[in-house]
Amino acid sequence: MTLIKTQFNRRSFLKVSSAAGGGLMIGFNWLTACKPAGEEMADVPKEWFDVNAFIQIGDNGAVTIMSPNPEIGQNVKTAMPMIVAEELDVDWKDVTVKQAGLNTEKYTRQLAGGSQSIRQGWQSLRMAGASARRVLIEAAAQQWGVPVGELSTTNGTISHTGSDKSIGYGEVANSAAGLEVPEEIELKDPKDFKIIGHPTKNVDGPAIIAGKPLFGIDIKRDGMLTAMIIHPPAFGLKIGDFDASEALAMPGIKDVFKVQTAPSEEGRTWSDTNAFPELIAVIGEGTWPVMKAKNTVKVNWEQDSPGENSGGHEAALAEAVTKKAEEPSRKDGNPDAAFRSAAKVVERTYSAPFLPHNTMEPMNFFAHVTPEKAELVGPIQTPENMRKSVSDLLGMPEEKISIDMTRMGGGFGRRLYGNFGLEAAAISQKANAPIKLVYTREDDMTQGTYRPAYKITYRAALDNNNNMTAFHARGAGIQGGPLFANRYPAGTVDHYLAENHNVDSNISTGAWRAPRSNFVAGAEQSFLDEVAEAAGKDPIDFRLELFDRAINDPVGEDNDYDAERYAGVLKMVKEKSGWGQDMPGVHRGVSAYYCHNSYVAQVVDVVMEGDKPKVQKVWCAVDCGIVVNPEGAINQVEGGIIDGIGHALYGAVTFTDGKPDQSNYDRYRLIRTKEAPVEIETFFVENGIDPTGLGEPSLPPIMGALANALYQATGTRLYDQPFAQRDINMG
Amino acid sequence: MAAFTINVNGKQHQVDVDPDTPVLWVLRDNLDLVGTKFGCGIAQCGACTVHLDGTAVRSCSVPVSSVGEAKVTTIEGLSEDANHAVQQAWLEHDVAQCGYCQAGQMMNAASLLSRNPNPSDKEIDDAMNGNICRCGTYVRIKAAIRTASEKLNQPTN
Repeated sequence: MTLIKTQFNRRSFLKVSSAAGGGLMIGFNWLTACKPAGEEMADVPKEWFDVNAFIQIGDNGAVTIMSPNPEIGQNVKTAMPMIVAEELDVDWKDVTVKQAGLNTEKYTRQLAGGSQSIRQGWQSLRMAGASARRVLIEAAAQQWGVPVGELSTTNGTISHTGSDKSIGYGEVANSAAGLEVPEEIELKDPKDFKIIGHPTKNVDGPAIIAGKPLFGIDIKRDGMLTAMIIHPPAFGLKIGDFDASEALAMPGIKDVFKVQTAPSEEGRTWSDTNAFPELIAVIGEGTWPVMKAKNTVKVNWEQDSPGENSGGHEAALAEAVTKKAEEPSRKDGNPDAAFRSAAKVVERTYSAPFLPHNTMEPMNFFAHVTPEKAELVGPIQTPENMRKSVSDLLGMPEEKISIDMTRMGGGFGRRLYGNFGLEAAAISQKANAPIKLVYTREDDMTQGTYRPAYKITYRAALDNNNNMTAFHARGAGIQGGPLFANRYPAGTVDHYLAENHNVDSNISTGAWRAPRSNFVAGAEQSFLDEVAEAAGKDPIDFRLELFDRAINDPVGEDNDYDAERYAGVLKMVKEKSGWGQDMPGVHRGVSAYYCHNSYVAQVVDVVMEGDKPKVQKVWCAVDCGIVVNPEGAINQVEGGIIDGIGHALYGAVTFTDGKPDQSNYDRYRLIRTKEAPVEIETFFVENGIDPTGLGEPSLPPIMGALANALYQATGTRLYDQPFAQRDINMG
Repeated sequence: MAAFTINVNGKQHQVDVDPDTPVLWVLRDNLDLVGTKFGCGIAQCGACTVHLDGTAVRSCSVPVSSVGEAKVTTIEGLSEDANHAVQQAWLEHDVAQCGYCQAGQMMNAASLLSRNPNPSDKEIDDAMNGNICRCGTYVRIKAAIRTASEKLNQPTN
């Protein structure tokens, strides 16, 4: 049992209110029609009581738990309510989960990003459940006239020790809903968890397999028109004049107009990255007519800034990594002297291209803006920022703007940047109608906010005993360098230098699943493999030697990783994969990386099919503390691995005069089933530590493990992504 | 605009649309069957997969005027109560992450199993290679297809 102060984050869950009359469900009316069949058969409570912001209990004991954060496929809509249900002490099968809309009075950090939903929600979600359980017990104690200490709970039932009295939560929910939460409440001992740590199916699974409307693009409202946008075809262009006469003559087309969608300088948040704030909107009835009409609009584009080329990006990044930074990001010891006195120096340069996010559900949003209020519904990772920006754009106070989040057909960071919501709001306002904005795949892939192109040069110095004595990394990236100066191998070597360069561009960039790590991990882990080889050491032993230094005598004080946990996953994957055993025909590569507060180590097994390499199996060890839902967690790890392999092998957007050369899946290659590993086996470290992120951490290291395994299989070191388009021909 | 009568999930529907309107948009916009998803519009991703007389097709690239008497089946009509072996296997393996592509994946898998009830791993790969899952659930998709195949091959009595 853990006692914690209820003052923590009080605002986020102590909105205690009694909601008599029932039906006070927060949610979308278009979603209530798509409950799973089993739920429809269940008894419907006559009355619901809001015990707190997360929990409603029906008079029959039914429990509704609100999931506060946006769901992008990372499965928080299952995992977050599991945490609440655990502390509430109810049977998971009695729980219905609802997606909460944006409500900053009730919830904090309603954001999907940085793999932080579970880590940052952990305490408040536990307290939401525990404090509700506590008031339910108090209500029963008052009713029976017995001390609270004599009561216990099991699966939604309160029992009295010493008598045979027992009562269901539903029978006391009404009186509990008015009670104050005491200063201190009890949390469960993790060893008593009955829901957390048990494989639990996705709560939206039944709706997904039935094809129910769940996603933003599925929204339909009375009188709703479809809107599509035309944005400049190249970065550096802006809209001049245009001729929409042909479009306007087409059946079903209501209007075509130019629209400004950028908030003011002062009203902007970091979510407002957008290269094309001025657009042409085409509005009409039905997607196909609008899509056809959009293609007939003739636009004269004006050159606003120079159109850039991939060759220019490559040259600018290449030049940047040859230059000393004005101020190093970190410097330990005397790297210059250490490199001068080295017995051996290894130097290698790695690169990766721009990447679009390519969520399978293209950008879209519903907006209905009237002079009185604005209603927005759709897929957004940052609803709070969107409301601020929409407020500024429309000149409407935030309290008149509602935002509801739909399930998202993928996020990967793209929906952190809510330009499409602002566009929907501006178009609805101007059209004076409810509209659903939908992007085509081409609109989506050529709109920007890409993972930046990167380059990094590493140098390592070895002494006569093949110990690494100095390490130097100099990175460069479009709109920001990729390097994390205080991450491994910082702290493991006396002489260390980290430098980051920025290269400006008019191509918009942003967070893409595991920002910066999605490049740096692969480069660094490929490089360390080569340094280990130069030192004549096993790649795992070599890494473990460095961790030993960081554990026993770390260099510097700002190292932002726990060396024991880091080494722990490497040892685990070494043992589980049987590293070092003779496996004829299997070529292995290893990698380990830390990001989003979690530690991951991977071994990739490549086999040759004829003369082509094929990824046979991936072994993955993860330390993310307590695993809330092993089913969803393993799925995330597998997805990150396949995503990482796919983008390392195939992903790239290139530019000619500012125009993306790829705009759909005929020229942009995403990994498909044939290229996925045949098998992935995931192992979690069990240490009882509070949970950390899992949506991103399995992706970055796989790029290194893959490159290292492909080297073992083919003898070719891979330095430039995408590997398959440059140096290697996969089976 | 022209009037077309098409059979979707066993029911006749009359729609008044341009002849070149893809079946995808007839389903989504005119018939409110939104389980069939828009992904690319050029038959490259498989999110819009439906059955035309039992065969998997990309509904984004099939004009409504070409359907004629053929029977269209969507994820909503694949089974009563979502109890097709493929749908149940998808639940059992908790396949979905975001879930957006899965209707197309299931429709393609159901079509595969209807013509080849016991596919080899290679046959699964060949058949499913046209369906992109951006979340990377391929390993689970394959496992679910194997499970569905086993169920379909069990003797029913």
